[in-house]
Amino acid sequence: MSGARAASTSPRALRNGDVGLVILVCVCVAVFVPLFNLIPDEKSTIHVPDFLVALVGKLTCYAMVAVAMDFVWGYAGILSLCHGLFFALGGYAMGMYLMRCIGTQGMYRNNLPDFMVFLDWKELPWYWRGFDHFSFALAMALFVPGFVAFAFGYFAFRSRINGVYFSIVTQAVLFAAMLLFFRNATGFGGNNGLTDFKTIVGYALREPSTRATLCGLSGVALAATYAICRAIISSRAGRVLTAMRDAQAKVRFSGYNVTSYQLFAWTLSAVLCGMAGALYVPQVGIINPSEMQPSNSVEMAIWVAVGGRGTLAGAILGAFLVNGAKSWLTVAFPTAWLYVLGALFVVVTLLLPGGILRVFAGLGEARRLAIGASEARRSDSSRVSSSRPPPPVLVRKEREP
Amino acid sequence: MTDLLRVDKVTVSFDGFRALNDLTLTLESGELRCLVGPNGAGKTTLMDVITGKTRPDSGTVRFGEHDITRFPEHEIVGLGIGRKFQRPTVFPGHTVFENLELTMHGEKGVFHTLFARLSIGQRQAIDRILELIGLTAERTRLAGLLSHGQKQWLEIGMLLMQEPKLLLVDEPVAGMAQSEIEKTAEILASLAGKHTVLVVEHDMDFVRSIARTVTVLHEGSVLAEGTMQEVQADPRVVEVYLGV
Repeated sequence: MSGARAASTSPRALRNGDVGLVILVCVCVAVFVPLFNLIPDEKSTIHVPDFLVALVGKLTCYAMVAVAMDFVWGYAGILSLCHGLFFALGGYAMGMYLMRCIGTQGMYRNNLPDFMVFLDWKELPWYWRGFDHFSFALAMALFVPGFVAFAFGYFAFRSRINGVYFSIVTQAVLFAAMLLFFRNATGFGGNNGLTDFKTIVGYALREPSTRATLCGLSGVALAATYAICRAIISSRAGRVLTAMRDAQAKVRFSGYNVTSYQLFAWTLSAVLCGMAGALYVPQVGIINPSEMQPSNSVEMAIWVAVGGRGTLAGAILGAFLVNGAKSWLTVAFPTAWLYVLGALFVVVTLLLPGGILRVFAGLGEARRLAIGASEARRSDSSRVSSSRPPPPVLVRKEREP
Repeated sequence: MTDLLRVDKVTVSFDGFRALNDLTLTLESGELRCLVGPNGAGKTTLMDVITGKTRPDSGTVRFGEHDITRFPEHEIVGLGIGRKFQRPTVFPGHTVFENLELTMHGEKGVFHTLFARLSIGQRQAIDRILELIGLTAERTRLAGLLSHGQKQWLEIGMLLMQEPKLLLVDEPVAGMAQSEIEKTAEILASLAGKHTVLVVEHDMDFVRSIARTVTVLHEGSVLAEGTMQEVQADPRVVEVYLGV
């Protein structure tokens, strides 16, 4: 899919639709879902059941990943197949803190995490130090994915590895990391990962109020993620990123250090993914190496493709739709899910290359064009003015400072 | 006049094939030079070497006081060498105005562009260039929707926004209609003096209409240099290239 085509569907119309839709989603997740879970009586019809709170919280974390993915893929043109790694690294950092919160309440009544007792370890490995503190764990949830992305990206981008070659290398990195985390000796619980969490900053994870709060925080974090990405895209740096996507050599010969721009977008995207992972783990109660399965990272790209690459709201929409469908179908028709996912990808690629959001935006556009045309006819007949606004598809207003 | 660019004994080979062979070339400040030569003579490779896209096996490229032989591309651009590619390359998803904004001379680091705002002076500079390349009416159009000729002019405009000392222009009139060719000649001629311009072109009528000095390349080295008449009279040139 060429960048030129993606960009030629009226960015202005998309941007306006974008903000409204995202505000709506974020307010729902951050305010309405938690409130309608906690305040009304459980038998009341407006009560949001606990399972739905957990689901919405989880989907919101996925939506953050989708925004981060769309930022680096849809705008900067770098297709990552290892965002699952950054997500899992953020999740592991938070999981390590949650493990330390268990204290001596584990199965073995030992201060060490259960899996370490089971492996007959006598003391905490050095890299677990500091994870008793929430703020340290949170900082690591952002820093570690960012650092890994930066280190890997530095060498890849400096060697001018681009396009599909870059994607393949990311996939290999992800796979290597998954194998590493599967080992017991690595010290993150191997196959089983980290689980059996009890509390977070002193609040029991089982309590509906804790879960509702986490869901609300996810909504806030999604809004922040969106705001950061939107602000960057609207800046000149964002225009350099999209220019890089469309004509990289030209950007280089315009005097920009392409490597540093790629590294910036790539690292930021990884950090945002880490934040999503850190919010995800306390809500689902487990983190294990299966989050790093290549198929998970490919699915992340599918959310963005389905929703609409190069439209941040589309990424959010895609994450909610695909994962919502997955949650429902894997319960209702467990065997059908993979067929549906495959079919969805084929249909979107063939029939809706711009994604679902562009279909809606396109409908709005057509309507506005029709209105514009009829107005122009009217003014023509009354001989007031024959000037007709040029179609918005082709024209974009300059941004005022 | 002082030498602005000095390419000294540059050799480039690709898998044993010598694209440039001990090539030496100097450009004076403010000159408009045309570079001609049959296919494979090394014209585009020479541009690649000057702009840092290709590293020479031996020899040096000096620009002003700097030895730019091993500089990365974006630093060479920063020193003041702009390049127009053979195929028009603009940013298709951006408006004409934004295309000019992005190539504007100035600080180009990530953290600067994140917070950069156009000053009134910069806006006026963009407007001036729009006027010069005749695209004022197209300023809000997406560059991907321009005609071939308009893209070529936009690309020249984008180069001018960089305020380069030296402009390298690769086949500016390929695929253009006659009226467009004349306008391009006009634009390029108006640049000489203020800028130093090196043009690669196959269209001999076009070269005749703009060139003061012509350099003929053949098999990676300079075959002849002089005015169009001198060059055309040179029997070696006639033999390898003009064929008349």
